[in-house]
Formats: sequence, C-alpha cells, structure tokens
Amino acid sequence: MAENVKARVRAPRSASAGEVATIKTLISHPMESGQRKDSQGNTIPRSIIHRFTCDFNGENVIDVKMEPAISTNPYFEFEAKIPEAGEFKFTWYDDDGSVYEESATVEVS
Amino acid sequence: MDFTRRETLALGAGAAALTLLPAGAYAATVDELVNEFTGGADVADGGVNLDAPEIAENGNTVPISVSADGATAIMVLAAGNPTPPVATFNFGPLAGSSSASTRIRLAGTQDVIAVAKMADGSFARTSKEVKVTIGGCGG
Amino acid sequence: MTFRTMTAAAALAMLVPAFATADPDAKLVVNGEIEMVTETEAPEHLEGLRTIRSGWTFRTEETQALQMDDFDNPAMIFVDQARDVWNTVEGDAGESCASCHGEPESLRGLRAELPKWNEEKGEVYTAEMYINDCRTERMGAEPWGWDSQPMKNMTALISSVSRGMTVDVAIDGPVREAWERGKEIYYTRYGQLELACANCHEDNYDNYIRADHLSQGHINGFPTYRLKQANLVSKHNRFRGCIRDTRGVPYAIGSEDFVALELYVASRGNGLSVEGPAVRN
Repeated sequence: MAENVKARVRAPRSASAGEVATIKTLISHPMESGQRKDSQGNTIPRSIIHRFTCDFNGENVIDVKMEPAISTNPYFEFEAKIPEAGEFKFTWYDDDGSVYEESATVEVS
Repeated sequence: MDFTRRETLALGAGAAALTLLPAGAYAATVDELVNEFTGGADVADGGVNLDAPEIAENGNTVPISVSADGATAIMVLAAGNPTPPVATFNFGPLAGSSSASTRIRLAGTQDVIAVAKMADGSFARTSKEVKVTIGGCGG
Repeated sequence: MTFRTMTAAAALAMLVPAFATADPDAKLVVNGEIEMVTETEAPEHLEGLRTIRSGWTFRTEETQALQMDDFDNPAMIFVDQARDVWNTVEGDAGESCASCHGEPESLRGLRAELPKWNEEKGEVYTAEMYINDCRTERMGAEPWGWDSQPMKNMTALISSVSRGMTVDVAIDGPVREAWERGKEIYYTRYGQLELACANCHEDNYDNYIRADHLSQGHINGFPTYRLKQANLVSKHNRFRGCIRDTRGVPYAIGSEDFVALELYVASRGNGLSVEGPAVRN
C-alpha cells in the first residue's frame, strides 16, 4: 500500500428524502504514472489507484475507471440521490491490491 | 508526484515528438479507444459538456468537469498524452446527475475529448483544446 | 477599413487568452467564512511598493477556486495527516503535541508573527525550529528534516488555524540585524542571470516570465500546495527554487541566511492575511 494514504470526503450529514447532494472526495496518493524515469534512467513502475466507487446503502452512485492521467491526490466531485437515511461507502482500489475505504452516514429529516 | 523541471520538459518533448507522427498513426489510438467504448456505433457531435480551462497554469493538475443529460457513462481522453485514456465515469442508479469533476495531467497543449454513452444506446462526443503553459520558474 | 479592423480583432483575440487572469476585484473567502485581505497598503518599511497583493490575485480563476473551499484545497489532506500526528505520542518522554498544547487551535495567532525572536535561544525562530525544539527537548523524539513531509504537514496545520489573521511580523528590536541581512539578500543579484528577488517580485510583478505570471513573492500562503509539485512546498524550498532559477547557488534550506530572508520577506507581507496552506501554480 502506498505510504500514509488518507481520504477526505464531504457528504451532507442530513438531507430530505430524494434530495440530490454534491459529494466531494480527495485521497492522498502519488499516482505514479509509469511514464517517469528515476535519476539512473530506469522507468519508475506504474502504481496508481485504478478504480473509485461510491455506493449508498449498497446501491451504486458512481464507478470510475481511473488511468495514470489522473493527478496526484485524486479528487472527484459528483452528485448523489439520497432516497432514505443510510450510509455512503467510498472505495479506492490501488494497483498494489490495497483497498481504501471511507464512509459517511446521512440522516433524513 | 514530483516532476523536476527536466522531467517536465521531457514529457513536453515526448508530446512534441508524438505530434510529429503522421496524423493517422496517432489518431488511431484515440479512434480505437472510442471504437472500443462505442462498439463501433455512430457518435454524434454535441450533447455532452466538457469544462476545462482554456489555459492551464500547470499541466500536472488541470481541473475538468463533464456532464451529459441521460448518460450512463462518460469516457475522457487526452489526445496528446503518452497514453490517451484519462478516466471513465459510470453512473449508477443513485447518481444525482450524469456529471463529474476531477483533476487531470496533460503533457502539453492538446485536445481533451469526452464521449458519452446515453441510456438509449446512442453516443455523443465533444472536445476542447487546453493550452498548457511551460512556466519560467522551475522551483 | 474592414480588413484592418478584422486583423486587429484577430490579434486581440490571440492576445487575450495568453494574458487572461482572474477578475482583479475577486474576493478570497475560504469556506464561505474566512475573509482574506488580498490587497492592502504596503507596510511603511517597504519603499518599493505602494500596494501589496497576495499571490492568490495573480492566479487564474481555476487555481483561485481551489483555495476557496477546504474540500477543494488538496493541502487540507496533509493538514488532516498532521492532526493525526499531533495526537500521536512519540519519543522517550511519552508526549504528543496534544499533551502540552491541547488542540492545534490553541496555537492560533502564532503563524501571523513568525519568524520571531526566541529570547531563550537568542536567535530568530521559524515554525520549523519551534516544532523541532518541541520534538527533541520536550518529547525526546528525533527532529524532522526542515523540508520533510511531516514537517510541511505540521507547519501547514499550524498555519491553517491562523488563517484570516493579519500578518504582523516584528522587524525591530533583537531581530533587526537578521531583518537587515534578509533585506540585503532580497536586493542582491544572484546567479548567471544576475537576478535579485526584487527584480522579479518588486520591479516586474504582474509581468510574465515566459508563461509565468510574476507575483509580488509574498509568503503569507506558505506552506503552499503547488500544482506543479502536487505537494506542500515550504518557504525555503521556494527560495531555493528561485535562486536556482537565476542559475545561482542557493543557500541551504534551514540556513541562517534563509531564516533572515524569510523574516524580511514575511515582513513585506505585513497587512495581508495568513492564507497558508494556499494553492498556487
């Protein structure tokens, strides 16, 4: 797993049923592209997060296939429908097999 | 990712070299990717929005947004990068809209391309040129 | 003549994007609540400028927007990492930052007056020096490298709790000698290109050096998240980069010379708001 990976997510704490909310996510990750060479001229192997998903109560909101052209510390912003109270689950999949997870609960008033 | 000045220049040179290839040879890669995404279906111009700065202050972190009403997926390509794929956004049943924003790497001035797959199986495409400046200050 | 008009219009159309900068009257408000002073009267000691402007005002709209919300500002993830470290016991003494300081917010105001005179040590102190004293003397932990990731993260955290406060660095009294030394460095031409800090940041701010829009070189936004490095960048790292760009040999990061330069450059920004961690190109 890449060193000291940390995620930030913003989702509303409460919403009305059926509301559409803006979600923002950021995760610290070098996203080594596989295009760079080290000082000895050897290619630095690719090591990226290649997939990001967001689900709410088990149903998918967005599923992103990520390539090396995504910047260091990947950021995503998108909109989610909140049909009822529940929990967002955010998952990032690293090339090295690591999976990083974050969640956020939402109350419905 | 920490690009030194030299590495950034090398990236730029790589992009420049690519643009010197016969247009057909290079365009094929983007076309192949689009074909793979569409299954060879016709692609309409327009119907998908792509927001990107006209001039990016740094090619390492270029903010972009894509949206297309009723799309189930949007693929983003950067035609002038060493490898053109950038990301494919697949919108699930709880997507509030078919839109997303992210930040991408561009190895030089080039076209960014977005192709949307609509719910009815049709496809739409747009592109936008982003100029990437090479600053005077390496730091 | 129609032809001439069109040519002029075309020429203008080509020029405009190259020099498209953000709205000069744009206001920097972070998270809809922290109002920043991005333009104000220059401090009295500063003879070369009438008005001082934050580096934020020189950036494009897209870069500016990244600093206006903590969920858009990539630096804040490093601030989060520093908060974890803040509460982590390290070293022989069994202490964390929190053991003595409580919440990081207890240090609100510190960033606005740094660097400053440390009476006990008898020298000008930066955030990095205070942090390492805490680590070695109070915690019994290893010092961090001046430009290391944990150090940049911690200085970003300490700066973040002072955001919106007015930079107010003392230039008289015991710091005067260091301040004069910093001023001397600022106006000395370095390198094969024979450029002083002042040549770019006082004489030519708002002009372009190749495609770079030159700022006034204030450091109220440091440590800053630079899009180029995709990481936090320390003040001394930026100083080193500038001198290297003159094709000169920079002073060492953490050296007495760079501490003096930091004091002088910080004092040029007296009156602006603490923005660090800002976002720059």
